[in-house]
Amino acid sequence: MFAESDLNARNKRVQGLFRMLFLMMTVLLIVPVAIILFTLVSKGGGVISIDFLFTNPTDGMTAGGIFPALLGTVWIVAVALLASVPLGVAAAIYLNEYAGDNWFTRLIQLAIINLAGVPSIVHALFGVGAFVIFFGFGTSILAASLTLAIMTLPIVIVSTRESLRAVPQAFREACWNMGATRWQTIRRIVLPNAISGILTGVILEVSRTAGETAPIMFTGAAFFLPFLPQGVFDQTMAMSLHLFVVATQVPGVPEELPFGVALVLIAMVLIMNSISIAFRMYLRGKKKW
Amino acid sequence: MPEASSTKLASTADFDRRDLDWYIDKVVQLIVFFAGISAIIFIIGIFVFITMEGLGFLFEDFTFKEFFLSPFWEPSDEDAPEYGILALIAGTASVTGLAMIVAIPFSLGAAIYIGEFATGKVRETLKVLVELLAAIPSVVWGFIGLSIMNPLIIDLFDVPVGLNVLNAGVILGLMAAPIMTSIAEDALKAVPDRYREAAEALGATRWQVIFKTVLPAAKNGLLGAVLLGVGRGFGETMAVLMATGHAVNIPGSLFDPVRALTATIAAELGETAVGSPHYQALFTIGIFLFIITFLINLTADLIVRGIRKG
Repeated sequence: MFAESDLNARNKRVQGLFRMLFLMMTVLLIVPVAIILFTLVSKGGGVISIDFLFTNPTDGMTAGGIFPALLGTVWIVAVALLASVPLGVAAAIYLNEYAGDNWFTRLIQLAIINLAGVPSIVHALFGVGAFVIFFGFGTSILAASLTLAIMTLPIVIVSTRESLRAVPQAFREACWNMGATRWQTIRRIVLPNAISGILTGVILEVSRTAGETAPIMFTGAAFFLPFLPQGVFDQTMAMSLHLFVVATQVPGVPEELPFGVALVLIAMVLIMNSISIAFRMYLRGKKKW
Repeated sequence: MPEASSTKLASTADFDRRDLDWYIDKVVQLIVFFAGISAIIFIIGIFVFITMEGLGFLFEDFTFKEFFLSPFWEPSDEDAPEYGILALIAGTASVTGLAMIVAIPFSLGAAIYIGEFATGKVRETLKVLVELLAAIPSVVWGFIGLSIMNPLIIDLFDVPVGLNVLNAGVILGLMAAPIMTSIAEDALKAVPDRYREAAEALGATRWQVIFKTVLPAAKNGLLGAVLLGVGRGFGETMAVLMATGHAVNIPGSLFDPVRALTATIAAELGETAVGSPHYQALFTIGIFLFIITFLINLTADLIVRGIRKG
């Protein structure tokens, strides 16, 4: 048996100390947010009811429900997905299945990183300049959704690419050896094996799109509308902007109303994210190769 | 000779079918290529469109000295409008700076704990929690600053208003920390296990392994994480709009209200006439923000790539 030297004991103490320190830091990162979420639930929970979700705001938005905003967010997210999912998946297919490892691919990757890093308000300016004015869509669901689609494109591309990369190369080679073209291989072998991973990324994008405010403020979302949108060229209310409006722009709002709106918004986003994470874990457990 | 002709026919049909597939393959390749370069097109498009809208201002009312060095942002003054963004830059910088002071130690500490100490279920749970924290929308953070932090700061520090640098900085720090934690944890994960094994074989404790081996090896990746956090804070809009107090002001203390570059655009774009100097000046701020974040992201990318090669 070896006796423990002084140095060894000291090292162990130092290690234990740092382990505790880092654990504390992690806990301190999470606890304030837990407290905040708890406050949101305790203050806003009382407001939420089926009526709150499915009726119009009344009395100059100081009472009533959030239905037009909820429906508007669904519109905006749906149209944004229609634009960004096909484009993002195709871009990921190019990057993973066709592009070589060269300066041009690096350039595309740099553009994707930057697209994700450009401030959301700059995306809003772009949306105003390009979709509202230049293409003449006006302030509409279409303009807002396209702005968001471009902003969230990197999420789809990156997650799709990850799931394409996870399909073993041997699958492709086997298929090529049968005489299939590249596209036949991608359609019959690669995409079916990657589809659930792609879906995970899409759910993540839904949650991100639903929560964004700045890009839709000037491109299609309105403070208040007395009617529901009928098509993509109409303006609409949206959950995220509605929270901003009832929290800062409308006088005489009862204190708990914005808490209720915030709670619904955060619940939407966190539920979407949790589904995405759960789905990913399920897939990881199921993987056969 | 019916037999021969039928053989010929079959082979032509075969050939045609393969031909069609070949064409489809080429068309698809073209389509995905254009989708692939769309990110480049969009980045250029963003720059072109915001420059186009801001161009009139750049040519007429813009002077470098006034724009960057004047602390007066008074675009709606009828007689002598002033377009100085110095106070706005100071606002953005002070809030982002405080946010980083809050976020850097906690996110790096959390990344080290999650990446190097935690194992199994604990690790998975913490990673999921961090991911969920990163998903909270910025308008919700702004609302938290407005309705929870604001009264808290008034109570704690006995100041009349709680919407100031401190509020926005803490909110922004809490917001940026989860993202920085995940990126930093990725950087730690990128350090090969053989480094750790070699150090442990020499008798190093876990802590010595981390401090003497893993951290130096992951240095660039961690720096990249910090830079991305800075970029994030710089570009954040809704949270700083709601929590800073939104007063044009070069802050002298943590309890001064300030106004950020991004928030100025968000607050004023709706009330300006399209094409007016004020409207164009807001787009010029947009160009400035675009260039700064582009440079930050580029630097972060180059630093992170640097280690991959080494």
